[in-house]
Amino acid sequence: MPRIRVEVDGSSYEDDVEPRLLLVHYLRDRLGKVGTPVGCDTTNCGACTVLMDGLSVKSCSVLAVQADGREVTTVEGLRAGHPMQRAFHEEHALQCGYCTPGMIMASIDLLRENADPSEDEIRDGLEGNLCRCTGYQNIVRAVRRAATEMRRPASEEVTS
Amino acid sequence: MTDRLEGWEKVTGAARYAYEYPLENVAYLAAVQATVARGEILAVDAEAALGMPGVLAVLSGGNAPRLAPVDDGELAVLQSRRVAYRGQFVAAVIAETPETAAEAARHVRVEYAPEAADVLLRADHEGLYAPEKVNGGFPADTESGDPDAAFAASAVRVDATYTTPAEHNNPMEPHTTVALWEDDGTLVLYDSNQGPSAVQSTLAEVFGLEPAQVRVISEHVGGGFGSKGTPRPNVVLAAMAARVTGRPVKFAVPRRQMWATTGYRTPTIQRVRLGAGLDGRLDAVIHEVVAQTSAVREFAEQAAVPARMMYRAANRRTRHRIVRLDVPSPSWMRAPGETPGMFALESAMDELAVLTGVDPVELRVRNDAPEDPESGLPFSSRNLVACLREGAARFGWDARDPRPGVRREGRTLLGTGVAAATYPASTRPGEAVARAEPDGTFTVRVAAADIGTGARTALAVIAADALKTDLGKVRMEIGDSRLPRAVVAGGSAGTSSWGTAVVRACEALLVRLNGEIPPEGVEARASTADEVRSRQKYARHAFGAHFAEVAVDLDTGEVRVPRMLGVFAAGRIINPKAARSQFVGGMTMGIGMALLEESIMDEAFGDHVNRDLAQYHVPTCADIRKIDAVWVPEADPHLNPMGAKGIGEIGIVGAAAAIANAVHHATGARFRDLPITPARVLAEL
Ligand code: FES
Ligand code: FES
Repeated sequence: MPRIRVEVDGSSYEDDVEPRLLLVHYLRDRLGKVGTPVGCDTTNCGACTVLMDGLSVKSCSVLAVQADGREVTTVEGLRAGHPMQRAFHEEHALQCGYCTPGMIMASIDLLRENADPSEDEIRDGLEGNLCRCTGYQNIVRAVRRAATEMRRPASEEVTS
Repeated sequence: MTDRLEGWEKVTGAARYAYEYPLENVAYLAAVQATVARGEILAVDAEAALGMPGVLAVLSGGNAPRLAPVDDGELAVLQSRRVAYRGQFVAAVIAETPETAAEAARHVRVEYAPEAADVLLRADHEGLYAPEKVNGGFPADTESGDPDAAFAASAVRVDATYTTPAEHNNPMEPHTTVALWEDDGTLVLYDSNQGPSAVQSTLAEVFGLEPAQVRVISEHVGGGFGSKGTPRPNVVLAAMAARVTGRPVKFAVPRRQMWATTGYRTPTIQRVRLGAGLDGRLDAVIHEVVAQTSAVREFAEQAAVPARMMYRAANRRTRHRIVRLDVPSPSWMRAPGETPGMFALESAMDELAVLTGVDPVELRVRNDAPEDPESGLPFSSRNLVACLREGAARFGWDARDPRPGVRREGRTLLGTGVAAATYPASTRPGEAVARAEPDGTFTVRVAAADIGTGARTALAVIAADALKTDLGKVRMEIGDSRLPRAVVAGGSAGTSSWGTAVVRACEALLVRLNGEIPPEGVEARASTADEVRSRQKYARHAFGAHFAEVAVDLDTGEVRVPRMLGVFAAGRIINPKAARSQFVGGMTMGIGMALLEESIMDEAFGDHVNRDLAQYHVPTCADIRKIDAVWVPEADPHLNPMGAKGIGEIGIVGAAAAIANAVHHATGARFRDLPITPARVLAEL
């Protein structure tokens, strides 16, 4: 069994894993990081989105061995009260919440590429993340709100 | 505007769904599905699977625990050699890891004696029959006046057949169970469902236990839309596996297995006949529905039921016929009955508007029913006209040129459409407990389920109101079968039913409180059985109107919905923030129904061919543009102490018709078969 070393949410893990083990199952079943859910078997829903070395990936289509030597950030590893989380909460960008962790991680990556996306750019940028509950209106609003907040110079940032 | 109470847990990944409870010594289940659509299982060869390291057990008909028979034949898991549909669970592997279980499941060899299967719904199927009742407990057929004669004599007649395909609920969280048996014989289920009390009583029956010996915990549920309203085979399978292995067993139904095993909306074939005067006033309404059910469970989608109460007409017939096919069991999907039924009725109303030249908004206003046409009961409140008028004003309807196919911008045709919505406002009996704690806070308990609707928050708001206290002082406990018994989150009856019990418990508590609260607290329990049963007779329904704008691409046939507005009359809206999201979410699913969603049955294999989210398209963020939902003020004293009607389902009702009507306005072509795909549109352009 290959041995991997992965940084997950700021902690280092070293584990022997089966080559077929998916990253999302490594996170959930091995590390207990169950904040990242699984919604499909076909890389379509985005519920499992995490950041790997800062870029969003669907962790159900990454093998745990591919994460060897890399840094993984899940929704649980975001700095407490990340502006994206606050915006999702305040804009009520969720109902059942099952898509939410993936939606938040994908949105963070979207803003990394484009700090001030238009409504349409957000809609297109998040098309890989399905939400069956909300109709997306509040999700788009939340990403806009977080973008505004994250563009503010650090000195102005509200600390909470 | 109340923030969702569990919102912060959900944005930080701290909310626990069924799969995620930390338990020791867990084993994992992978199910084997039937590969024939009908037949007999001859043999199950588990040897190869059992020989794989890490495999704990293989369950099949031969060695599965015997279960007590219950009404829902879907729950007789591994109890028979018969295969009723392709994809039915026929065996299961339990192993140390999910990977091992999944691999071993592929090595379980099942031998069948296949039989010819009958899987396609047809309007002339010789097996069609009238069910005793349709879903909701309504009669299959109703008739008043002389509908055939009235229709024949009408100056203007619409006679059209509409079809809707099989659609799958697809909540984002798959149906999931973690099952374990405690030493004292208690079955504990961490389960993703719409009502822990219902799962408790059904599973107790299946396993021959007392209800108190089954505990169901469902704190957070990742959507259901009806598909988690009744226990599905997965929960039975997980519980069996846990009994056989003596370990806690986790089973999340893979998305692709959900197509066969967790329910869907039946396809429908609906013939609607409307007979009217030249002024558009209806004299005859005839709505006849054909739908399917399975060999193991009868489910009759009540699609013609809304035609019984929507519009005034002296002559009316509604009729439901179903046929048992060798297909997975259809079940509840968001507003069963109303959703497909109102697509047909509201499309037909649009056709009538075109034929009579009466504006579609005005046509519906003219035919508004002053009382329930069939029962003669007064409506507890009926504000369809207010919704239509308010929507028309906000949407800019009055400036609409009624001519179809004349608005062209470059290579795009534009159009607008309207359709009405309705959904029953039901209240069911239940119980709740309210407790005053010595520290001045309150705890309110009811076995409700929050499947994303915002039930937890709405109930806390209701309790705080009833207790005349701050929301922050109320702790809501839901999602556990040990709490006071509650109906499922379904039929848009959750908030109304649970809320009534919560209000009564809080009122009873206030009566008991005088001054100091003793250290053990003060508690009051309420049961609403008598209250609900002795209510005055009214026709209780929510109403609404959808307005949609579409843009049809002349080159690709693609239909887009740049703008959609829903206006609803649903009593008092308890939490506007959550309510708007519910309405908009329903409308979005309506866009999916209109343009995207269709499970395609393959006749040769007897299986839905597009059974994953790659091939079954639900609306993505990029498909959806501006959708807004508003409501008209409505005070209805005949509902429940909150004055609220349920809002979980009405958002989807009529939405697809509004879009189809807009597509007609844009193109001049009438689409009577859903979904309105580019291929279908291109053929008509
Ligand atoms: S679970 Fe990874 S994309 Fe659906
Ligand atoms: S909130 Fe339920 S899927 Fe997005």
